[in-house]
Amino acid sequence: MAKRIDVSGLNAYYGSFLAIEDISMTIEPRSVTAFIGPSGCGKSTFLRTLNRMHEVTPGGRVEGKVMLDDENLYGAGVDPVSVRREVGMVFQRPNPFPTMSVYDNVAAGLKLNGSYKKSELDDIVERSLKGANLWNEVKDRLNKPGSGLSGGQQQRLCIARAIAVEPNVLLMDEPCSALDPISTLAIEDLIGELKERFTIVIVTHNMQQAARVSDRTAFFNLAAVGQPGKLIEIDETERIFSNPSVQATEDYISGRFG
Amino acid sequence: MDITTQTSASPPPPAPLSPAEQKRAARAATRPGDRIFLGLSRGSGIFLLVIMAAIAVFLTWRAVLALSENEGNFFTTFEWNPTGNPPVFGIAVLAFGTIVSSIIAMAIAVPVAVGIALFLTHYAPRRLSGPIAYVIDLLAAVPSIVYGLWGALFLVPKLEGLYGWLDDYLGWTGILAWQGGAPRSLFTVGILLAIMILPIITNVSREVFRQVPQSHQEAALALGATRWEVIRMAVLPFGRSGIISASMLGLGRALGETMAVAMVLSPLFDIQVSLLDFGGGTFAQNIASKFGEASVMGQDALIASGLVLFVITLLVNGAARMIIARRKEFSGANA
Repeated sequence: MAKRIDVSGLNAYYGSFLAIEDISMTIEPRSVTAFIGPSGCGKSTFLRTLNRMHEVTPGGRVEGKVMLDDENLYGAGVDPVSVRREVGMVFQRPNPFPTMSVYDNVAAGLKLNGSYKKSELDDIVERSLKGANLWNEVKDRLNKPGSGLSGGQQQRLCIARAIAVEPNVLLMDEPCSALDPISTLAIEDLIGELKERFTIVIVTHNMQQAARVSDRTAFFNLAAVGQPGKLIEIDETERIFSNPSVQATEDYISGRFG
Repeated sequence: MDITTQTSASPPPPAPLSPAEQKRAARAATRPGDRIFLGLSRGSGIFLLVIMAAIAVFLTWRAVLALSENEGNFFTTFEWNPTGNPPVFGIAVLAFGTIVSSIIAMAIAVPVAVGIALFLTHYAPRRLSGPIAYVIDLLAAVPSIVYGLWGALFLVPKLEGLYGWLDDYLGWTGILAWQGGAPRSLFTVGILLAIMILPIITNVSREVFRQVPQSHQEAALALGATRWEVIRMAVLPFGRSGIISASMLGLGRALGETMAVAMVLSPLFDIQVSLLDFGGGTFAQNIASKFGEASVMGQDALIASGLVLFVITLLVNGAARMIIARRKEFSGANA
């Protein structure tokens, strides 16, 4: 299921403002790639170009190529809706549908993709909730509203919702920044399990988190406010945190700026 | 009320104060501005209740006077003759006409209004949605007598074609058969009411749809939802209680609309099988057209019918509140 992402020469705009410039990188399947960098450097924007969510923002526009194995996501005639069915996303703030039960939240994506028998749905919902390490906590309240769960549980519910449709890639935009340390730990453990099956890309402001969960780390930076963000380097996480090849990365990681 | 302003953060007093002392302590902590504002706001609240009570007592009193004289069954009599000897009057025709014309109005207006609101908030480009919203606000400000004039002089003649068509294709149902009279029927009233309540339902729905959190819509998008699926998944469920409230505001206006109905309808104190045949009446229309020449007894009878309209409105609102409350935990208010 997991696919390789190959980005080349990618620019993203908000209106006429160039937010990220000329990004090229390869994201390996069945691994966790972390994006770090100061606020405003465009890492979230870049993440949102990987499932064509960037163009949902008014004025959002993308140039360049994103290859998912051998399919260009920005090729002519590619439907962004079908891209998003292949590339799942988890957001910064947990956003389960408040009008749906826990069960319906997990089944939401499946119901978009086609019709399932009740028993099939039951199986997939259970498997997804188990996959998100949430099943034991919610199995007795599947029909209760998803918004009644704790913040950490809601975020795992969102992960269950994203993996229920078996995407090839899972994007996570600072998935733990609204959570307490214990819930964060639960999500990080989960990321470690999920990378067996999915290509995972995670944006984080927490460098310890990047060091803990990721196999490879990409550092983004911008020259000044108003300048476009750029990819500074991408390498094995160990190398980035011990011996990066660019001085700016070392300065950022050691807390000298940012 | 007057203990809510206690601001004491000091350690607890050595001995508990007596209630009278506590009261004095609380009063001492309030400022003059607070007391004046409290008095004003409390006075306004009480004033409202007094007005309501005065209206209710007056209406009930006059209605009881009429009802005690009534020789017919108030709920089933198809006749309005309060000055006869003996007086006979009943509200069956009015209740039927009011409810039927309002149902027609709602059936037309709610889907269209929700559609307009969705278009304005989710589909229309900004330079289009501004002017359209402005036109809708204008529609809401048009006085009902103008709608009545337009309905009587423009809409009614134009509806003959539609009536003929409905009779041709749906006449077999009976309720949409047309005998060829002037199209001044409950159906026409329903269409006119639909146009009149469209702005209020649209405006409230639009506000509600605008409140749908971006994060929920993005969640649906990220799952691979199309624009319509986002609306079905995130926008409509979130806006559900708001749509119901908006519809209730519209229904309130439809139930009570007076002048426009009186100008469009050819009243006849009877229930027609077909919605397209003229005749029937509504509470408000009946009061407006008969009140001017009514004797005291006639006025009392009309007041009694007004009380029934009031009760119907109450019941409808209560039902709507129950529908909203039933799925409260799924309302999205706690998200």
